[in-house]
Amino acid sequence: MSVAAFETVVEVRGRSLWVDARRRLLRNRAAIAGIAVLATIAAMAVFAPLLSAYRYSDVDYSTISCAPDWWPWAAGVCRAGGTHWFGTDSLGRDLFVRVLFGARISLSVGLIATLVSLFIGVGYGAIAGFAGGRLDAFMMRFVDLLFSLPYIFLVIILMAVFNRNFFLMFIAIGAVEWLTMSRIVRGQTLSLREKEFIEAARAAGVSASGIVRRHIVPNVVGPVVVYVTLTVPSVILAESFLSFLGLGIQEPMTSWGVLISEGAAQMESAPWALFFPSLFMAATLFCFNFIGDGLRDALDPKDR
Amino acid sequence: MFGFAARRLLSAIPTLFAIVTLAFFMMRLAPGGPFDSARRLPPEIERNIAAAYHLDKPIFGQYVDYLARLAHFDFGPSFRTRDFTVSQLIANGLPVSLKLGAAALAVAILFGVALGIAAALRQNRPGDYAAMALAMIGITLPTFVTAPILTLIFGIYGVTLFGVALTLPVGGWHDGALANMILPVTVLALPQIGIVARLVRGSMIEVLHSNFVRTARAKGLPGHLVIVRHALQAALLPLVSYLGPAVAGLLTGSLIVERVFGIPGIGRYFVEGAINRDYTLVLGVVICYAAFVIAFNLLADLLYAALDPRVSYAR
Repeated sequence: MSVAAFETVVEVRGRSLWVDARRRLLRNRAAIAGIAVLATIAAMAVFAPLLSAYRYSDVDYSTISCAPDWWPWAAGVCRAGGTHWFGTDSLGRDLFVRVLFGARISLSVGLIATLVSLFIGVGYGAIAGFAGGRLDAFMMRFVDLLFSLPYIFLVIILMAVFNRNFFLMFIAIGAVEWLTMSRIVRGQTLSLREKEFIEAARAAGVSASGIVRRHIVPNVVGPVVVYVTLTVPSVILAESFLSFLGLGIQEPMTSWGVLISEGAAQMESAPWALFFPSLFMAATLFCFNFIGDGLRDALDPKDR
Repeated sequence: MFGFAARRLLSAIPTLFAIVTLAFFMMRLAPGGPFDSARRLPPEIERNIAAAYHLDKPIFGQYVDYLARLAHFDFGPSFRTRDFTVSQLIANGLPVSLKLGAAALAVAILFGVALGIAAALRQNRPGDYAAMALAMIGITLPTFVTAPILTLIFGIYGVTLFGVALTLPVGGWHDGALANMILPVTVLALPQIGIVARLVRGSMIEVLHSNFVRTARAKGLPGHLVIVRHALQAALLPLVSYLGPAVAGLLTGSLIVERVFGIPGIGRYFVEGAINRDYTLVLGVVICYAAFVIAFNLLADLLYAALDPRVSYAR
């Protein structure tokens, strides 16, 4: 039997890691609910212009800080009326569409900065793990040093001096979030190198690229995927943190941090302007945490 | 023990140096300076201002000067807040920030440990799930969401607890009056309570399943004594190494909390200084923060080594 034929037989008979993981994930109700809610928010963000009659930058001085029509505790405040489902902000702009545009920014920051951190972290960690020895020790000492820096302060300085350059924010946040990723990947690679099944595969004549593809990558991907789902919310948080301090995205574009900051400024007269962005942001963060926990349970081989 | 402490203290110097260097050059990379204004000043006045603050020298020379002054704990004059040195500003703000942070740390440890133990003793029962859900909420909700929402509920609407109408001040410090501290300390401590509770629950469950606890039970020790005298000590050990990250988290949170509640601590100086390009003030505060994080990491290491007999100092 040739090696290729043998591999197909094994593949048909065995239950792969991914099938198992998917089965476990589908049984986790919190994670599934998280995926569903997140998908809804993401879809709403993508189709935001189609969902509302208003544009995110439409200023309307006849509806300044007005409550949505269905808001129950609004004696003596104006009603936004019509299709302002979430009311209006202090410039009369529709909050529903602004919350969704905030979702666009927050989610895309989350994804892009996480990708940046993924590439740096996986590359750095894999090199350190494969190289081993002195280079590994040196590279990891460097990570230790960076770990002890209060980097959010450095990001604040960066954003302040570069005049809130949005593109730079992606890079800056991504560039400080890769540290844990590199440690995870390095640890996995280092321990995998010594495993018997790698040796067995080598002895059976599997090529180096085959070993990496069929044995190393699937074993590293699990923890990396889990950590990615946990990096996205922390990146969203970092962006909103900067925006809240007034160092993030610029008007008239918006993000959840900006909306929450504006809502907090007028929470006494217009609590809905604080409530809706907070609700969307909290829901998103919870979803990512549930999905991350679910994936960890699903992909952790120790539980099998 | 002493050698270990000295070695760790020495290893903090390159970290601090790296932070100073990074922060110094980052501030200077960008165009614009602290004395730019909408009104164009005559060039000779601009030159004089630059000379007065030594901004006319080459940047590397300024860096060396700064390091030399720093060696004498002199942070220099503030560029924006006239007539104040950075040291004076930090001396004004630091006690306020310290009081806030220390109170939050105490609250976080007290409530976090209590919640974690309560959850561990009811493992996989409703009480456990409720406690962990609470911890999850604390960890997930960011400070800038909880701060305004709690202010709205307790500061503006007011609540009635046990027949007492309660409305807390929404801002200001009043020299750290209790009423003024409740909201900021709660907001600052919430995420840390969640993290500490999770940490303690995990280690407590592990300890409760270990052999020495079973032995203590087997010899007939009452349940509460097993927990207080045997399990608790071992279970709280991981908490010690969380001290450093906890302080870093509190410092980050204090930027938001000081801003939302209008508390005159150093967090506010930092954000305002960064926006105004007040180079010396920002550097001074960053060094201050970094020193705290490093000090608490060091303290955690030393405490851990002192408490855990398995750790040896000689390495």
